Amino acid sequence: MTSPRLRSARPPVLLVVLGALGLAVFVVPLLGLLARTPWSDLPDLLAGEVVTDALRLSLVTSIAATAIAALVGIPLAWLLARVEFPGRTVARGIVTLPLVLPPVVGGAALLFALGRRGLIGEPLNQATGLVLPFSTWGVVIANTFVAMPFLVISVEGALRSLDQRYEGAASTLGAGRWTTLRRVTLPMIAPSLIAGLVLTWARAFGEFGATITFAGSLQGRTQTLPLAVFVALESDRDTAVALSLVMVAVSLTVLVVLRERWWKAL
Amino acid sequence: MTFGRDQLGLAITFMFLAACGGNQMTTTTVAEPGIEGELLVSAAASLTDALTEVASVFETSHPEVDVVLNLGSSSSLREQILEGAPADVFASANTSNMDQVVQAGEAADPRIFITNLLQIAVPAGNEAGVTGLADFANDDLLIGLCAEAAPCGDFGRQALENAGVTPAIDSNEPDVRALLTKIEAGELDAGIVYLTDIASTAGTVEGIDIPEEHNVAANYPIAVMLNAPNPRAADAFVAFVLANEGQAILREFGFGSP
Repeated sequence: MTSPRLRSARPPVLLVVLGALGLAVFVVPLLGLLARTPWSDLPDLLAGEVVTDALRLSLVTSIAATAIAALVGIPLAWLLARVEFPGRTVARGIVTLPLVLPPVVGGAALLFALGRRGLIGEPLNQATGLVLPFSTWGVVIANTFVAMPFLVISVEGALRSLDQRYEGAASTLGAGRWTTLRRVTLPMIAPSLIAGLVLTWARAFGEFGATITFAGSLQGRTQTLPLAVFVALESDRDTAVALSLVMVAVSLTVLVVLRERWWKAL
Repeated sequence: MTFGRDQLGLAITFMFLAACGGNQMTTTTVAEPGIEGELLVSAAASLTDALTEVASVFETSHPEVDVVLNLGSSSSLREQILEGAPADVFASANTSNMDQVVQAGEAADPRIFITNLLQIAVPAGNEAGVTGLADFANDDLLIGLCAEAAPCGDFGRQALENAGVTPAIDSNEPDVRALLTKIEAGELDAGIVYLTDIASTAGTVEGIDIPEEHNVAANYPIAVMLNAPNPRAADAFVAFVLANEGQAILREFGFGSP
């Protein structure tokens, strides 16, 4: 924590200039979007069927992806944080890979693994007749692949920095492992857990590259908001801008609210 | 495209000259003065292979020029140009995208430089047993088309309409190459692409002809941008594409001359 005296000192001019330029990198594109927004037509544009279909699909798939991430991502984070196993460092690297990998590469990899002729997709298709690409489940899987790292990293970091003596005390007092996890561990990492869940949801909500590569694009089935923006940019620019504005508003609200918590968590 | 300057490019030129029996071609080995620098060509995705070859041969005869190809769906390229992205030459897979660029005052005097036809693409082996456009109505098959805004999507829909087929579409892919990739991977059972796209794959995709009365001919226009950063090289490139030498290369890739 900075002392009150240091806090009130004037920041160096050079830093302010460079920092302001840094901020401009993020602000200028938003201004460009706002300048193009057809404000008076906005309600009509957002009520169109393409928009409502895409919004509904985006909400359903991003929430489903977050639920799957919670189901398997929290146990994964716990294993990575608490259990020494061979290859843990590599596993940590693989978990964070989707953060830096171009999503289109992730989508192609998913296609080769889970596609109709994929490594797992082919036997799956032969056994059950299930085809994941070009289905809403395909969107959920692509979203999960790209977004789950946010949850795993956030929860793993919190677990690692958690003082394990609290859990030790709980078990000394007779709490079983499950009770300790539920009553001590999870409540103590709750801020990071919530931040991780919301970031995961926000990333899934904005997913584009892996989705279009793995799940394709069809209105009502796989065409999420970002895909609808992409299509509309070439055919109906006003709708594209209106859709973009929805995405920015939703994401910005979530991130501004969470910035403080997220910062602490990491 | 810098490889065009080295021996590979020369070798290709010699092979090409030999193949054409050295008729009235005048491949200048000395660069024309002032024609130099980077040349930005925004071209339809269906031109990927053909224009790569054209650019390579052009660079051999214009060693001071570095052709940079910006490939995508014609509608994406149109948007880029209308939003002020620099380009010297625009080659579109349909006339409507070019018309919009001309109307916006970005280009003038477009010329049709090649034609193309549609064909049904199926994965090698055609496991789904697709025989024609009528199969596109089969909901049990995984059917892909290009997005409506992309020329291949527009033409494909016209062909289906000509055949009286309402397609059960499973995906609208952003451009023809994306569609072809998913057919090649066997993830889609059928799609409508250009004849030339199927010619470009090495046996991973099979083509099924669309009857002439249902097929739609694509006319590809090319034009120099009015705000071209490199207008002289752009003029030379468009002239090359329209001349015998460029046309011969394009025909090798299955395109028709207008």
